[in-house]
Amino acid sequence: MLNNILESIPQVAIDGLTLGTVYAVIALGYTMVYGILELINFAHGEIFMTGAFIGTAMLLLLTGFGWVSALPAIVLLITVLLLTALLTGLLGMGIERVAYRPLRNAPKLIPLITAIGISFLLQDLVRFIAELKKGNYIVTGPSLFTHQIKIHTSSISSIFNDASIKTSFIIVLVSAVIMMVVLDFFVNKTRWGMAMRAVAQDRDTASLMSVNVNKVISLTFFIGSALGGATGVLFAVQYGTIDPYIGFILGLKAFTAAVLGGIGNIRGAMLGGLLLGVMEMFASANLSLLTGGVFGAEYKDVFAFIVLIAVLIFKPEGLLGKPVAEKV
Amino acid sequence: MKIWLRKYSENKLYQGLFLLLFIMVTSLSLYLAQKSVVAFLLLLTSLLLLYYTKFSNAIKWSAGLLVLVVLLPLSASGGDAYESYMEVATMVGIYISMALGLNIVVGMAGLLDLGFVAFFAVGAYTYGIFATGQAANFMPFGHYPLSGNSFWVFILLGCFAAALFGIILGIPVLRVKGDYLAIVTLGFGEIIRIIFNNLDKPVNITGGAMGIPSITPPRIFGIDLVNASQFYYVVLVILIFTIFTVRRFEHSKIGRSWKAVRENEIAAQAMGVPLVRTKLVAFAVGASFSGMMGVVFAGKQTFVDPTSFTLLESITILVMVILGGMGSVPGVILGAAVMTILNLQVLTELTNWLNELSTSGTFVIPDAVSPAKMQRLLFGALLIIFALYRPKGLIPAKNPVYKMEDLSSGNVIQLTEKKQSAEG
Amino acid sequence: MKMRKSMSLLLSGSLALTMLAACGKSSSGSSSEGSNGSKVIKIATQTPLSGGSATLGEAIKLGAQMQLDEQKDKFKKLGYELKLQPYDDQGDPKKGVANAQLIGADKQIYGVVGHLNSGVAIPSSEIYEKYKIPMVSPANTATEVTDRNLQSVNRICGRDDYQGPAGAEYATGKLGAKKIFVIQDKTAYGTGLADAFKKSAEEKGAKIVGYEGITVGEKDFNGVINQVLSKKPDLVFFGGLYSEGGLIIKQAREKGIDVPFMGGDGLDSSTLVEIAGKSVKNVFITSVAGDTEGTETGKKFAGNYKKKFNKNIESYSVYGYDSMGVVLKGLEDAIKENGKKQPTREQVMKAVRNLKDFQGAVTKVSFDSKGDNDFAKFFVYKFDDAKYPPVFDAEIPKK
Repeated sequence: MLNNILESIPQVAIDGLTLGTVYAVIALGYTMVYGILELINFAHGEIFMTGAFIGTAMLLLLTGFGWVSALPAIVLLITVLLLTALLTGLLGMGIERVAYRPLRNAPKLIPLITAIGISFLLQDLVRFIAELKKGNYIVTGPSLFTHQIKIHTSSISSIFNDASIKTSFIIVLVSAVIMMVVLDFFVNKTRWGMAMRAVAQDRDTASLMSVNVNKVISLTFFIGSALGGATGVLFAVQYGTIDPYIGFILGLKAFTAAVLGGIGNIRGAMLGGLLLGVMEMFASANLSLLTGGVFGAEYKDVFAFIVLIAVLIFKPEGLLGKPVAEKV
Repeated sequence: MKIWLRKYSENKLYQGLFLLLFIMVTSLSLYLAQKSVVAFLLLLTSLLLLYYTKFSNAIKWSAGLLVLVVLLPLSASGGDAYESYMEVATMVGIYISMALGLNIVVGMAGLLDLGFVAFFAVGAYTYGIFATGQAANFMPFGHYPLSGNSFWVFILLGCFAAALFGIILGIPVLRVKGDYLAIVTLGFGEIIRIIFNNLDKPVNITGGAMGIPSITPPRIFGIDLVNASQFYYVVLVILIFTIFTVRRFEHSKIGRSWKAVRENEIAAQAMGVPLVRTKLVAFAVGASFSGMMGVVFAGKQTFVDPTSFTLLESITILVMVILGGMGSVPGVILGAAVMTILNLQVLTELTNWLNELSTSGTFVIPDAVSPAKMQRLLFGALLIIFALYRPKGLIPAKNPVYKMEDLSSGNVIQLTEKKQSAEG
Repeated sequence: MKMRKSMSLLLSGSLALTMLAACGKSSSGSSSEGSNGSKVIKIATQTPLSGGSATLGEAIKLGAQMQLDEQKDKFKKLGYELKLQPYDDQGDPKKGVANAQLIGADKQIYGVVGHLNSGVAIPSSEIYEKYKIPMVSPANTATEVTDRNLQSVNRICGRDDYQGPAGAEYATGKLGAKKIFVIQDKTAYGTGLADAFKKSAEEKGAKIVGYEGITVGEKDFNGVINQVLSKKPDLVFFGGLYSEGGLIIKQAREKGIDVPFMGGDGLDSSTLVEIAGKSVKNVFITSVAGDTEGTETGKKFAGNYKKKFNKNIESYSVYGYDSMGVVLKGLEDAIKENGKKQPTREQVMKAVRNLKDFQGAVTKVSFDSKGDNDFAKFFVYKFDDAKYPPVFDAEIPKK
């Protein structure tokens, strides 16, 4: 039994990382907004979904032109990524403006209602547009980067089986890592990043220190949403098929990841996302082996949630979160 | 005009007359125009108007009961739409009860719970399993399905089972706070749902994804309850019990402890409020209402399956509480009623009407945006509008404010009683 | 403060009263008389039109709508005006029951085409039974739907306990599968089908090397596929719908699993090909649908559908079309039997149940005493190429 599990470890790790990277980048959006506003932006999953649709639409459109296909696919992808990030970033700013800013002084949970409202709106709007254009809202994009690379992990040690990687996985991983590194640099090393951290710590004091709070919040939403939208494109490239309802489940998982890592903490969100992805993949590949078929892959989410609850019981502030001393 | 209005707002007689007129007109029009959903809704609105009058609590309660027990069913009973109105009213009752339960956890004790529907599921499955042959698969003794008479016992059992689950959930809560709590409860809700969805092997307990069909309908005095109009009264009794209990809790020692914990845990602890017990009681009491309604739901639907207990359902109940006004009992009742009626009746009727217009050629709508599929969209839009225009909830919670001199002269207790009667 | 509140209440109250008056007028205006003096008869569809499974629900609705539009003239000659009343059950049993009550209350509605989910159909049909409204289901394969012996419930699609064994017979017989991996989507449809297949395949001597569930709505199924990879089966059976099925097939082929895949009528969709692309080769599906493109009516249907809605047909659209055909045929019979006078719902319900040898675009229909279709024999199709529809391969008669 142990042998079987070990054999598949390289492949499971690769698949888990792929999924985990997606979770991680979406989790960034949750964690940034939470860090600044203490608001769970439930519409974030839908922004991710919108990004996936915008990106796929562009890819379909561009590959429709003959001359673009002469360009290397990677250039195409980067253009689409940037454009989508810009658009979804603006969308996120708009949502903040319309649905969250008027409620900033309202009781803490009220924005939750507008967030859910926005989710329903975005889901259906995207669906209607997709249906008008394509006749069906389950959309499959052009297949890029489908080449398979075999890694001979068996040559490292004979207990492992060989694993295979899709080229798109490398692209997803590289772009996600670039996004995370740039974000980390931005938040920790630039003036705007400092302003963001200041607002997160104390909004009123920050505004006294001549930080334009509204601008900083807008910027936060822009960055979080842009990352979410870009991840949407990466997701569409990696998995090929999208529909307007992908945002809900993925958003939920990403939120879980953000909490697992310690919500409000950017590095925590990355760690939480990767962990959750690997855990899920491990559970769905091995649960029935481990339990002799009593609990199958369908319990993978139960497994993930139990790990999460266990982590929170022993470390209530999440893996990388700092315990907040309560002011008395 | 202004003077007249002021007079109205101060004079009980005018209020009473207007209300009487309103109720008479609406119930009569419901009786005459059976299909008029508006009349049905307006008759329900009279309860809201009643809430805002200045009568004493006893009068308000008896007038409200009169409308709910006699007038509403009577004036709706004349036509074909009777069962449909009663179905909506029954579901409203079920959701109000659940929202009131969640209100204790979120509104009063300040513990954000995103997995509340799990308790509803526990209640529903408790009855579902024992009122069908399912129980025979794992119970070594007894004769299943149990008869419909056992339903009444199961309301209590569902209540206890859900309370027990509430305490089980409450234990990890003792350590985590705020949004971490939200995600733990969310995880708990999902775990329960996934387990119910998969518990058809190794032993078939819940029927898995296939659900449990053909649940024995409740039976009383030899009559099987099968129609929505019969369940309406069952729900009404439980609902009144719920409201009564919640009201009593709110102004009791434990109710004040909940609010203290919500406002500041450390201060509450310093004042001698036992944190652990207070929180656990909040979870248990909140869950128990849901459990009871779960049993009723299973009896009414005669079928339970895991699709009724998704995360979206938990969020919907939470939205009812927030929309109505957290911590405010009348607000939560209104919030739950508005949400349920909107989703089950108004939006369906509205989209049907739009659809009628578009098929009869008044205006043409392309198929991709046909009104029949816009329910979620409209729902979302309405939620945003509500939240933006009533950011404190439809009827915000009021906390009694005491003056210094009253406190020192010691007539607070008297004042509190007055306050309560004014709140209704 | 208090005053402002009561003022607004009073104003809204009076506003509401005027609205009420207006509404009373409008509701009395819309009596059962149609625009040109003929009586209105409505047929309802109840399927998910918003939410996750809306594509399928939409397909049923559009199919039904097409049939209804085609038969409008025929009924006009009989003196009736046909109308479609679509309801959105959102795949939620509560919503389905509430809608069923509304349908029961609307005396102009004489039949229901629906539902998509068995979990919604079962509680809702209890209400239809009370109002004696015939329901014809295009998609509910769970055995419990008709096993309750309700007079009003009929279905033109096959049952899980026919379809599963049909697939198993073909898999173990013609494909010679000895080691089978079963995946299902943990919905009522997927579980029912996969369980029936598994049981029957085991009886026929095949070994089930794995039995796993996935979560509907997710896009990454590599965990389960890794299990398939290590178990090395010679056939993979998937109980579920095409949106997950397509991705599983694609991701499995990317990992180098090139054994045949098999599934039920839930995979029968052009979108499957769109999602899976070239990897759809060597995929088999069982379906009660006869060769849609093979028959004359079927071809006509596909063409008209595309023209009318600018959409490709889905498997369920043609079932919706035929379900509506069955309802309307029953209605027509009832009207004729009643001497062209307006029949009661009960008469229509009986006429639907008594239907014999109705020839639809996809299948022939005769109902047995439970409301199951006598002609639900199964056909096996094979994808040879990334092209929809698949190629007809075999016919497995009902046992």
